[in-house]
Amino acid sequence: MQFWATVLLDGLTYASYLFIVSLGLTIIFGVMKILNVAHGSFYAWGAYTAAFAIGFITDNDLSEALFLPAILISAILVGVVLGYIIERFILRKMYNQDIHLIVLATFGVFLIFEDLIIITFGVDPYLPYQPAMMLGWIDIVGLNRGVYQLTLILLASIVAFVCWYGLTKTKWGKLLQSVIYDREISVAMGIDVTKVYVVTFIGGAILGALGGAYVAPTTSVSPGFAIDLVVLSFAVVVIGGMGSIPGALIGSLIVGILRAFAVHQAPILELFVVFAVMAIVLIIRPEGLFAPPKPRKI
Amino acid sequence: MKKKIFNKTAKLASASMIVASCLLAGSALAKDTVKVGVVSFLTGPAAGVFGVPAKQGAQIVIDAINNGTMPAPYNTQGFAGAKMNPVFSDESGGGTKQVGLFRDFVEKQKVDAMIGYISSGNCMAIGPIADELKMLTIFSTCGTPRLYEEKLRSHVFRTQANAVGDSLAAARYIVDMYPNEKNYTGINQNYAWGQDSYKFFELGMKQMSPDSKGSDKPQFPKLFVGQYGTEISALSLDKAKVVHSSFWNGDIEAFTLQAMVRGFFQKKIFVSSVGGSAVDALDKKFPDGIVMGTRGNVGLLARDNKDPLNMWFISEYKKRFNALPLGPSYQYARSILAYKFAMDKAMKKAGKFPTQDQVIAAMKNIKFKSFTETISMARGGGHQAVHSVGYGLTKYNKKGKTPGAEKVKMYGPECIYPPAGTKSEDWINAGMPGAKCK
Repeated sequence: MQFWATVLLDGLTYASYLFIVSLGLTIIFGVMKILNVAHGSFYAWGAYTAAFAIGFITDNDLSEALFLPAILISAILVGVVLGYIIERFILRKMYNQDIHLIVLATFGVFLIFEDLIIITFGVDPYLPYQPAMMLGWIDIVGLNRGVYQLTLILLASIVAFVCWYGLTKTKWGKLLQSVIYDREISVAMGIDVTKVYVVTFIGGAILGALGGAYVAPTTSVSPGFAIDLVVLSFAVVVIGGMGSIPGALIGSLIVGILRAFAVHQAPILELFVVFAVMAIVLIIRPEGLFAPPKPRKI
Repeated sequence: MKKKIFNKTAKLASASMIVASCLLAGSALAKDTVKVGVVSFLTGPAAGVFGVPAKQGAQIVIDAINNGTMPAPYNTQGFAGAKMNPVFSDESGGGTKQVGLFRDFVEKQKVDAMIGYISSGNCMAIGPIADELKMLTIFSTCGTPRLYEEKLRSHVFRTQANAVGDSLAAARYIVDMYPNEKNYTGINQNYAWGQDSYKFFELGMKQMSPDSKGSDKPQFPKLFVGQYGTEISALSLDKAKVVHSSFWNGDIEAFTLQAMVRGFFQKKIFVSSVGGSAVDALDKKFPDGIVMGTRGNVGLLARDNKDPLNMWFISEYKKRFNALPLGPSYQYARSILAYKFAMDKAMKKAGKFPTQDQVIAAMKNIKFKSFTETISMARGGGHQAVHSVGYGLTKYNKKGKTPGAEKVKMYGPECIYPPAGTKSEDWINAGMPGAKCK
């Protein structure tokens, strides 16, 4: 009982932070049909900005109640600024280009932003542990759990709900679904697709930055720490289906729980279990488990 | 008469030419500067608490030797009289890139020597190339024992003892301090350094405490992965109380933070062979009671060592960088000391500025004074250093407001390294014959 509860909780925690980051990636692809390799930059910049903000609050003896707003504001700031810059000055010029060129361009952007991190924040690691330390731990099924890490599950749930509600119950959501389904028809119906693209890209960037900002208090924020997460996010998106929000959720859960099981039972398998699942999905259903249906164009 | 004058003049001219050519030849060989490539992680996750302190440690000693301001026994100016012109290079990018850069240093930049390298993977890649290109190379930090145990090197030296001693000293400390703890496990990075570290820790425990038992599920997460929640759960559920780790850099800090908030260290005896950077980074927040090693009598364990050379180094480092030197700072500085020692020794023997081959011959089997002890290049055919390795329990010094350690035990090289010519694994499995431990 303790074993399975532990695996489930570990898997859910890991899946939560994967979901928040890969959700942004899959939304961007679903709407804009762009595989944004620079998504890792949002994660890294979100983490650094949150680390800086938490350090500022701590150094100036400000209220600990400011930690959460600081994290959220950091994510929004990074998403809006970096998202707008990348969409407006790079991607907008490339929408009609071959997808491979776009991937290369976003990869170049990723490398540039990694170097900009070093110029802006230096090479020393940041340890913004205060929010995590503040909440302490609780005992769940005989094992201590960091309360802060558990709130990640809550955050992922809120993000999933907000995305579902936004897509299905709001006017903007319906516009987005229309563009996802068919860009040309959407243009013909008078939808300002460029505006939709900007909002979508910034929204995706905010989600990527939120993942980094929220995770920052649990880790050592240092140059290059986003690279591993970017690779995993791509695996999640491929498993779930590119452009599918339920796919991102299910993909994250599959990766999180399988990885947790491997770590507990056969640690040596942990490294490749994720990519083994990805390979199996690509063989059986190359478009992903929950890929949205593609209309046949005559 | 005319013939006599001509002959005399001709002889004088010939003699002058011979003297002039000797003088010219002598001054062509003498050097004002030596160009040395110094390689460490200057970007990426290993830069902040490893590569940059390493570079800073090297800089302190290079500048002091160049200016002749180093304390004895290194108080003569220069390296065989020449000033060192260090060319710092970034170790990031992997082995293939580093091999390319190494070739560039040797073939285009025409360096006189190469010093540095932190990653065991890079050392294993560079070692054969250094011998192929016949470039004197001094490795400062990398720990894999495979460097000399698989093949002896002609042009490569290492002034840092290998991971075997770190792991055996850790096992000795556990057996000495926690004799009733019989179960152990580990969490180590999944590459040469991590795998070797745990392997030799386990071999050591089996010999020193035959009734101890290793877990069948030690953790080997990927290098620099940063998230260890699941691994901490798995280790928490494991009945083994002793947890060995050779995590370094951002990984030890991330692990410490994530484990600390879950009360992990209250329930486990955590043995960190090279986690000193996290101690300084977290300062008073770092938990007390962690078994901490520093890969020698350096860094955290050397803070109270009164050796004049050590006190000078700490003082100069703090003055210049407003921080205390870490283990990597000592390791790189030590390599510079070894190079100076060998250069001066070679010049004394040759009577003039030495060639590279003379420096290599001089460096073989040397014993040179380092900051806290004498280092002996007594393994790997005279190319591999051995020195003592210490472990202690972390204890924050509230009075001095600095991280510190208590219950420190130092294990001499005769206790934790096999004799020359013997493979570590064979020696340990044979019961470590001839080991002299206090």
